[in-house]
Amino acid sequence: MASLVIRNGRVIDPSSGRDAIADVWIEDGVIRGVGANLAANSTTETFDATGMIVTPGFIDMHVHLREPGFEYAETIESGSRAAAAGGFTSICPMPNTSPINDRATVTSYIVEKARRNAIVNVYPIGAITKDSAGEELAAIGSMKEAGVVAISDDGRPVMNARVMRRAMEFARGFGIPVINHCEDLHLSAGGDMHEGAESVRLGLRGIPGASEDVMVARDILLAELTGARYHVAHISSRHAVEMVAFAKSRGLDVTAEATPHHLALTDGDMTPYDSNYKMKPPLRARGDVNAVTEGVITGAIDAIATDHAPHPGSEKMQEFEKCPFGIIGLETAIGLSLEQLVHPGKITLAHMVRLFTTGPAKILGLDRGTLAQGAPADVTIFSTDREWTYDVNKSASKSRNSPFDGKTFKGGPVATIVNGRIVWQA
Amino acid sequence: MPSREQPRGLLGIENLTRDQIQALLDRARDFQPAPGQSFPRFDLLRGRMVVNLFYEASTRTRTSFEIAERRLGAEAVSITAQASSVSKGESLVDTLNTLAAMRPDAIVMRHSASGAPHFLQRYLDTPIVNAGDGTHEHPTQALLDARTILDRGAKLEGLRVAIIGDIAHSRVARSNVYLLSKFGADIVLCGPASLLPQELAQLAPGVTLTTDMTEAIRDADVIMMLRVQLERQHEAAFPASEYFQFYGLRLEHLRLARPEVIVMHPGPINRGREISSEVADSQRSAILNQVENGVSIRMAVLEQVLGEGKK
Repeated sequence: MASLVIRNGRVIDPSSGRDAIADVWIEDGVIRGVGANLAANSTTETFDATGMIVTPGFIDMHVHLREPGFEYAETIESGSRAAAAGGFTSICPMPNTSPINDRATVTSYIVEKARRNAIVNVYPIGAITKDSAGEELAAIGSMKEAGVVAISDDGRPVMNARVMRRAMEFARGFGIPVINHCEDLHLSAGGDMHEGAESVRLGLRGIPGASEDVMVARDILLAELTGARYHVAHISSRHAVEMVAFAKSRGLDVTAEATPHHLALTDGDMTPYDSNYKMKPPLRARGDVNAVTEGVITGAIDAIATDHAPHPGSEKMQEFEKCPFGIIGLETAIGLSLEQLVHPGKITLAHMVRLFTTGPAKILGLDRGTLAQGAPADVTIFSTDREWTYDVNKSASKSRNSPFDGKTFKGGPVATIVNGRIVWQA
Repeated sequence: MPSREQPRGLLGIENLTRDQIQALLDRARDFQPAPGQSFPRFDLLRGRMVVNLFYEASTRTRTSFEIAERRLGAEAVSITAQASSVSKGESLVDTLNTLAAMRPDAIVMRHSASGAPHFLQRYLDTPIVNAGDGTHEHPTQALLDARTILDRGAKLEGLRVAIIGDIAHSRVARSNVYLLSKFGADIVLCGPASLLPQELAQLAPGVTLTTDMTEAIRDADVIMMLRVQLERQHEAAFPASEYFQFYGLRLEHLRLARPEVIVMHPGPINRGREISSEVADSQRSAILNQVENGVSIRMAVLEQVLGEGKK
């Protein structure tokens, strides 16, 4: 009977509203109870969390694990280790692997591989269309039965509105959300960074904010038409945030996530032509960053997700326009969120915890993100004041593409507990 | 993180000071040939080795650099993309590291990707001279343009310069804007709206935008026409058939400008597309002076970058 008590931490559990110094008692992989001075017998392992924050395990609903197909960039195992080192207990890999996760056999492969090799929970996201080609619907029902918790053609948005409508209708029938990477591919074609003063100065082709906006607008109208649960991935533009808020005010089941880097960086913060700053959506202008931050504050944005996107150095060490999009982000998410949101007093610590726990759990319908008695014992322990410096060369990820290498953070992950087991400790 | 210290080469005009630019412009005069003579030989860079690496087709810029290198006594090797290992799939970084291992004293580089030399300079100790990167900068072009304007007796301060054409995709325009602005010129950028993003006005102080060519040319001291770079347009941003009608420079336009107006073009010119033959061959045209100054400016730049010249 494995038993663990996390002693004396500040327990913040948004699912119950608890925010107090307490012990968390775990037994046999589930939460046995939360309270003051919980009794424990002599065989009970203890973790002293004095001065730390103890919360339900963090969920990253948007990562890329690159397996199957691109194991040179990341594997389910290495990605899960990076997740644990970032304080995450559950991650949701997007389907753009090779083969694409567009059928139950691929889903099952990922689930099985994760069961054997991953040190955190892995909930795959399936493709919307076959091969994510945007034409024919993928095997959504059987993928759901095999374990996908949502569908998305992340990175290759469904351009055909009719196909998107059918996907929403179908997904609604299976009770899973449709997640869209919102980008009108005609408007963004050839673009390498946000379209604005910086792209003009650097002579790089731009991705206008409008390429995101028109897609969000279309999808919200389709969500209203179909009654689907619809989620905007990595929201980054001012108008997109406004439209999500509008959709919520109309009572639609529309949610959104923001990435830490879209909260932390503008297009002007980029080291010129450094591909560690190249991702989609691109780092946007100050007004957009402020609007995304405001969206987090007001609740228009429901979750923080990293869009952890590993690429090997050989792909990122090229002419800027040739480099692939994406940066890794699992290990810096807590540090950045504290820095951007909590330390400046924009949101409370409890609100931040919500964005990583009940927020994504509710969107995906997961039985996690809570310290309720009997729930799976996923626990994240982090500090809000311990200073540490990110060294990307020590990352658990197989890739090194982060703009935050060498950055010093105030506060970050301390220990990660998955199903009652300590899988990572600082 | 890569180091961000100031590289020793010449990557662009944007980060140069007015004094640094003035020094190059002044020094270039020493290298100008006497009327009717060829460029004088100097042995300032004897024993130095320069590699000219051209990933994009170029006749005049490459030749101009080669002549400048030889007139300074340096040895020059020129490599073009078609003949190099690029066509065998080698990455840019690997190619540059290979070349750097042969210990040239400088690499002159043209590349179709914006920022390619800036990216490389972060990893390479060999100084890089940017001979044009994508749609970003073309610093020696702006320097030779300024030298040409000064040679015609004009002062840069208070000068009204109209730059006309596909501004969005022009590295010549960007470098000229940075240079002219540092000297207090008034710069009017003009072209079809789809090739004239509003953010261009924020490039530097003293920049205004217009889509009306007559407005751009009115009272201009200098008219710089840009080559219509159809190869840089990834879509039909402007109907090609209408270009000359609305943005081609013809003799009648010159009447709107100052009487002593100078017409410039970075070449190669498309007669009948952005400039009429009559204008290109007129007294007001300084196009061949620009070509000539290309050599003397590049001599000044190479001398400065290779660091052995006497100022």
